[in-house]
Amino acid sequence: MAGNVLDVTDSTFDQEVLKSAQPVLVDFWAPWCGPCKMLSPTVEAIANDYAGRVRVVKVNTDDSRQAAMNYRIEGIPTLLLFKDGQPVERVVGLTPKDRLAATLDKHLG
Amino acid sequence: MVENVVIIGSGPAGWAAAIYVARASLKPLVFEGALTAENQTRGTLPLGQLALTTEVENYPGFPAGNLSQFLDTAIINDKRQYMAPHTGHGVTGPELMELMRQQAVNFGTRVITDDVVDIDLSKRPFRMQTLEGMEVQAHSVIIATGARANYLGLPSEDRFKNRGVSACAVCDGALPRFRDRPLVVVGGGDSAMEEATYLTKFASRVYIVHRRDAFRASKVMADRALGNPKITVKWNSHVEEVLGSDEDGVTGVRIRTQPGDHEEALEAGGYFAAIGHTPNTDFLKGQLQLTDKKYLVWTKPFRTHTSVEGVFAAGDVADDYYRQAITAAGSGCMAALDCERWLATQDVH
Repeated sequence: MAGNVLDVTDSTFDQEVLKSAQPVLVDFWAPWCGPCKMLSPTVEAIANDYAGRVRVVKVNTDDSRQAAMNYRIEGIPTLLLFKDGQPVERVVGLTPKDRLAATLDKHLG
Repeated sequence: MVENVVIIGSGPAGWAAAIYVARASLKPLVFEGALTAENQTRGTLPLGQLALTTEVENYPGFPAGNLSQFLDTAIINDKRQYMAPHTGHGVTGPELMELMRQQAVNFGTRVITDDVVDIDLSKRPFRMQTLEGMEVQAHSVIIATGARANYLGLPSEDRFKNRGVSACAVCDGALPRFRDRPLVVVGGGDSAMEEATYLTKFASRVYIVHRRDAFRASKVMADRALGNPKITVKWNSHVEEVLGSDEDGVTGVRIRTQPGDHEEALEAGGYFAAIGHTPNTDFLKGQLQLTDKKYLVWTKPFRTHTSVEGVFAAGDVADDYYRQAITAAGSGCMAALDCERWLATQDVH
């Protein structure tokens, strides 16, 4: 898939998300999840629009079950926005790009 | 501009109608549904209920086999790259729906990813408005909005929706929170059997809670579930409450069993409702004749006409009896032909 969205796993979550200097938007998804596929183009568009301001990464909940359990992912797609290692925003389910952008803007100041 | 034909819905009925209308050079416009969290929770996303299933074993023309190359060549890459990898064991529901959509698009169907939320059938041309505010006028409309899965309607179901309560095992069942834990499925029909059997891949145990002493599922589906060592059936039982906490989501289900009025709390990490369907007719606001269960009424025998001339219905939205992919597609074709003939009498070609 598109180059701007990095794959993150349980073993790289700490480094790539929690220790990131930039805010990180994490897309929790799985290969069997239809709505996740539908959200992918939106997430990729956000990654392009916010390049340099927000890192956008994705976590496959089948492979990285620890991250999914730690952050109580109970329906996917779920997007979590991390700032300074803390989750500050949770978006569950399909979301139009405009609303997602508005949510990010709120935290970017 | 007034559209010749607007098709509302994107399951097999909608796409079959679009393929026929497009091939009659009537340039159909399809509203396939909006990508919203609400539609995800209700199971009313684009491509409909079939997109929420796994392998489709009974759609004629698709015996089990590897379709990888066919899917790669048939579906445009923009769509194909976001689809799940092909299993190699025959067509899946999502694949079948993407194939139908592609076939309709190939003949010139225009597709808009939005919900029709308001429709005025009281004057001509008909007028419609979408969730995002688009307004459309049309000489004729084919309604193929299908049906959605029911919940029991318990307050505790609402409280834990997306926190362990689901009406779609195939959508949610593989999530880590459901793994290696007992799960509960409510229902006794084919969809309950499919959901329970599917969930045994992840769960430590699956309880089927059914209010009668026999399933109304087809024999092949019921036997598959009853023969599965991970499945336990709670007969003559109904769910009184989904148990849980804000912290942990669903932790169990309280059931009551007859005779004896025996109460029991089952430990469970998830609760899946598979108890029938409701047709998606709310947006019509009573402008078309409905049955007592809110299904659209076909007003002429063996035809797809509705109570308003120029409005046709196809698929599960008008069918509470067969409810199959192939019957929906068949009635979609019928609606397209009925619509085409009606437009010809109105001098629209």
